[in-house]
Amino acid sequence: MPLRAKVASSVSRTAAALSRAAGRGDGSVIGGWIGLKIDPELLTHLAAGRSVALISGTNGKTTTTKLTVAALEGIGRVATNAFGANMPTGHTSALAKAGSTPFAVLEVDEHYLARVLEETRPRAVALLNLSRDQLDRAKEVAMMAQMWREALANHPDVHVVANADDPMVTWAALGSPAVTWFSAGQRWHDDSWVCPNCGGAIERAGGDWRCTNCPLRRPRPQWVVEEDGVFDPTGAWHQVKLQLPGTVNIGNAATALAVAAQFGVRPADAVLRLSTVSSVAGRYAQVERDGKLIRLLLAKNPASWLEAFDMAEPAPTLLSINARDPDGLDTSWLFDVDFSPLYGRRVLITGDRAYDLAVRLHVNGIPFEHVTSFADALDAVPPGRLEVIANYTAFQDIRAELDRVN
Amino acid sequence: MSTEDLRIVWIYPDLLSTYGDRGNMLILAARAQARGIPVETIEVRSDQRLPEGADLYLIGGGEDGPQALAAQRLNADGGLHRAVAQGSVVFAVCAGYQLLGTSFFAKGAQFPGLNLLDLHSDRGPSRAVGELHGVIDPRLGLPPLSGFENHGGRTHLGPGVSPLAQVTTGIGNDGTSEGAWRGNLLGTYSHGPALSRNPALADLLLRWATGAGYLPPLDDSWAERLRQERQLAVQP
Repeated sequence: MPLRAKVASSVSRTAAALSRAAGRGDGSVIGGWIGLKIDPELLTHLAAGRSVALISGTNGKTTTTKLTVAALEGIGRVATNAFGANMPTGHTSALAKAGSTPFAVLEVDEHYLARVLEETRPRAVALLNLSRDQLDRAKEVAMMAQMWREALANHPDVHVVANADDPMVTWAALGSPAVTWFSAGQRWHDDSWVCPNCGGAIERAGGDWRCTNCPLRRPRPQWVVEEDGVFDPTGAWHQVKLQLPGTVNIGNAATALAVAAQFGVRPADAVLRLSTVSSVAGRYAQVERDGKLIRLLLAKNPASWLEAFDMAEPAPTLLSINARDPDGLDTSWLFDVDFSPLYGRRVLITGDRAYDLAVRLHVNGIPFEHVTSFADALDAVPPGRLEVIANYTAFQDIRAELDRVN
Repeated sequence: MSTEDLRIVWIYPDLLSTYGDRGNMLILAARAQARGIPVETIEVRSDQRLPEGADLYLIGGGEDGPQALAAQRLNADGGLHRAVAQGSVVFAVCAGYQLLGTSFFAKGAQFPGLNLLDLHSDRGPSRAVGELHGVIDPRLGLPPLSGFENHGGRTHLGPGVSPLAQVTTGIGNDGTSEGAWRGNLLGTYSHGPALSRNPALADLLLRWATGAGYLPPLDDSWAERLRQERQLAVQP
């Protein structure tokens, strides 16, 4: 590594440690920011010599990254950005902090995939899904698919592991000559009725989809989720026992197995390691407080709300909504979510934008109680389970109140 | 299907539904039902013919490609033009609002609109993203408009339409006026579920669509609190 990169890496580690010591955060951004100021090519230098996997998509990035790390740790040490700092500053911090490792698994914000591909030269990249998310600032879905497609076409040596159930992801992945397809199901379809290739109508039947106007259709997947397990490309079925709830996480596990296979890890070995993952940056974490068993579910866009309803048990449920910068300032998406799975439960609402949610639930015909804080919600419910579903900063606020559970 | 039902058509949700646009249909249906008015909601995909003779047509927002496609298919279909000629109500939002005019810009090119309102749209110097508030044309008898906008276009009104509102926060058409209306046609840049923050506007559309001069009030206390909160949020 060139001297400048060594200095940058060392300063990056120190800054991150100082930030943590000062209680200003987990240091996962600031270190990389300073390091990249000193050497703009630091990420390239830090990635050199490692076998890298990138994980990107609208939903499931953090979880799939953690599952992939667990799968790869059977064959060597793995550097990763476990705290969801998924832009190049976060990648730089993570690699600087990890020191020398044979492997790295990095969660990548969708918008940065092209740059991170260029700088880290990964062996494999996993593309999970693309759906509407923070549209007041994010690129619209079709534009994102176009960006991905071009980036992958520029790196034909990178092996792509892509979701065959998502037409947008499929079209983007077809920019690459080397694709392994997985099928994990897709609950959310409202961003892929129009063919990204030709503008024709996408037709769906069962789990299959095809364009009615051009040859784009669902590729045959090599990795397929079925019930609580995954078929691998040889046709062998592996039961997936996770501590994480929901069918969506079986799909994330299938993706992790497919990525790990690119690194030579056999699915039969990897699948056992996946069960060690109990929570992901506080998500799915269960905390006991005053006789209440609180479970935190993060839902930051319409597709992930549908998954959260699938995971939540029929228990009192607190919904918390903010619209700060990291969340997106626009709350319109609340009307893309059908809250009717919550019928019949006790529903409490809170957060900066609880009134937007109140109006939505009112239209949905779902009774609710408004509470002004998480503490008030805890006081309001009887002992037993409390499901908490919150969007990004609302989730972080509640996690902070529960002492930064991991 | 009874002809006494209030028929609400949501035009092309497969193309124009990017920002919670379904909300407007849900809100109108809920507010009609709360008054005992039976409602039929019809979602019409872009490969289907548009039913004529419905009372209220909704058009939502969308990305450039789908917007251009929607204009082409609606012009080819002709059903919306015939419905408007018969006096049906149209409520259009964002990209759907631009569609109602004579032309609009998408993907760097000019496309012909539906030519239902005397207005045209082009590209602005910057994307308009954020709260959109305004004082609504007093002839409509509504409280101030409260919404959120997200669009790259600017819209220029001809003499044949009136602005929906004068902007107090945000950009709207051009930083001064916002939206447009003529007869039973009304368009706004307040995107997505615009009616969630503007229940009085929802009721105006329902009065137009049913011919009822009066609708009994509903409990809008949550919407009122939301309106007040957003009003406070944009005050300097």
